[in-house]
Amino acid sequence: MIALGGIFRTLIVGDKQADRVVPPTGITARLTTFAAGAMAFLAVFALALALATGRLADQWSSELAKTATVRISAPDGQQEAQALAALLVLETTPGIASARLMEDAEQRKLLEPWFGPDLPLDTLPIPRLIEVIETAAGPDFDGLRLRLSAEAPGAILDDHTRWRRPLVKAASRLRMLAGVSIILIALTTAAMITLAANAALAANASVILVLRLVGAKDAYIARAFVRRFTLRALAGAGVGMAVALGFVFFLPAAVTEGAFLTGLGFQGWHWVIPLAIPPLSAVVAFWATRRAAMRTLRGLT
Amino acid sequence: MLGDDRSVAESEQKLIELAGASYSYGGGEILSDLSLRLAPGSFHFLTGPSGSGKTTLLRLCYMELLPSAGAVRVLDQDVHGMDRDQVALMRRRIGVVHQDCRFLDHLSVGENIALPLRVSGQNSDDENANLDDLLGWVGLSAQKQSTPPQLSGGERQRAALARAVIMSPDVIIADEPTGNIDWEMAQRLMLLLVELNRMGKTILIATHDLNLIRTVKNQVAARVLRIKNRRLQLAGADL
Repeated sequence: MIALGGIFRTLIVGDKQADRVVPPTGITARLTTFAAGAMAFLAVFALALALATGRLADQWSSELAKTATVRISAPDGQQEAQALAALLVLETTPGIASARLMEDAEQRKLLEPWFGPDLPLDTLPIPRLIEVIETAAGPDFDGLRLRLSAEAPGAILDDHTRWRRPLVKAASRLRMLAGVSIILIALTTAAMITLAANAALAANASVILVLRLVGAKDAYIARAFVRRFTLRALAGAGVGMAVALGFVFFLPAAVTEGAFLTGLGFQGWHWVIPLAIPPLSAVVAFWATRRAAMRTLRGLT
Repeated sequence: MLGDDRSVAESEQKLIELAGASYSYGGGEILSDLSLRLAPGSFHFLTGPSGSGKTTLLRLCYMELLPSAGAVRVLDQDVHGMDRDQVALMRRRIGVVHQDCRFLDHLSVGENIALPLRVSGQNSDDENANLDDLLGWVGLSAQKQSTPPQLSGGERQRAALARAVIMSPDVIIADEPTGNIDWEMAQRLMLLLVELNRMGKTILIATHDLNLIRTVKNQVAARVLRIKNRRLQLAGADL
């Protein structure tokens, strides 16, 4: 803990004179800051995607899991009788909280997006639909299908499994993809900072040589580079994160009609999560620069 | 290697010792079977033609190179057994003056001279007291805020000497310190080194300037070593 405190103090407070020992590295400094900023910007969006797809997966999973539909497709004259028979079966089945025959107006509304508002429902062979709400435990779907086929041969039970599974799977895959993206962003940040640190170390080979000759330990030399790159990464990532949060904030709000596209944002306490990106970038930069510096220094006498 | 009758050992006590040390590079042997002991307070010149290995020998002494064979001991520690931090600590006890001075040009002369204090973590009060004394001693007080490229050759060498002694090292090693400066300035620099030797410091200087060696030998009991055919010899009475 004390050692960590020492590292933190060294990084934040630093030693102004010791910092001057290594000359400013111009373009390398700007590139490091820019790269860290760009990576933080992308990380915010990857994080937003991961959280949004997580929410979608949960939402689809819970909403579809609670409902089922019974479709009655029977010859004219039998449809109404079979619908009532099916309703009776459903009302007496354990695990069913409620069952309701949908009105014509409701069915028309469901078909409106495909056929338009003036649909002559009575002239079309439209099946009757029964909306089924399950209890938390849910019914025995196989037993229910058998009873329905006996009492109402035209009844087909759809428990939404075939819809739910691919949707939830797709959302889970998207969440995983976003997670992999975040890991790749962190590794890319580490790689870029390592390259920049190596370039700075190579550019300052003569400085390092002099420092070694006057008795500087590797840790002293490495610290001058590590502090510089860590602070650059922290600053760059801070700006990148702030800009990305601004973009996310001004994305259209989530609406039912376009839930997937408009739900890509943060909700509630999730807005706090991106604040971890700059310190994490600094940790990545610290680790990458220290590793590069120590490796380079070990190659010198 | 020198025979026992011509050993360059001065006493049992030694700050730097080479025992049968050789150094090879790229398949060729540059130095072969060298034995040398530098006792406290001694003054040695190292001479020999260009390319004979003078600088290589000095680099072995301040641990910039490791011997291919034999042993090099600095302050009674074998250099092969030292880790990198130990080498750094040892170098704080050995002041080195290079022909090209090796300054950090983006720092002032004062900051360059104080560099060994800074890297060893000494506080700025110690630093300022030592620094001002040293700048006065080498006659560079007015150049404290200048940058190294603004100094003349002689001033650069004196600044390099000030940097080499700021940690009050046991040994001062100088590699052709007068190579790029005029005779008057070279004599002035040598006087500073003689003064340090009179204060008890051990001095090892590589030079091919025999006139300078003769001048110094009139003032201190200096030994002259010569590298010939990759081996170390005591120079003859002509010096």
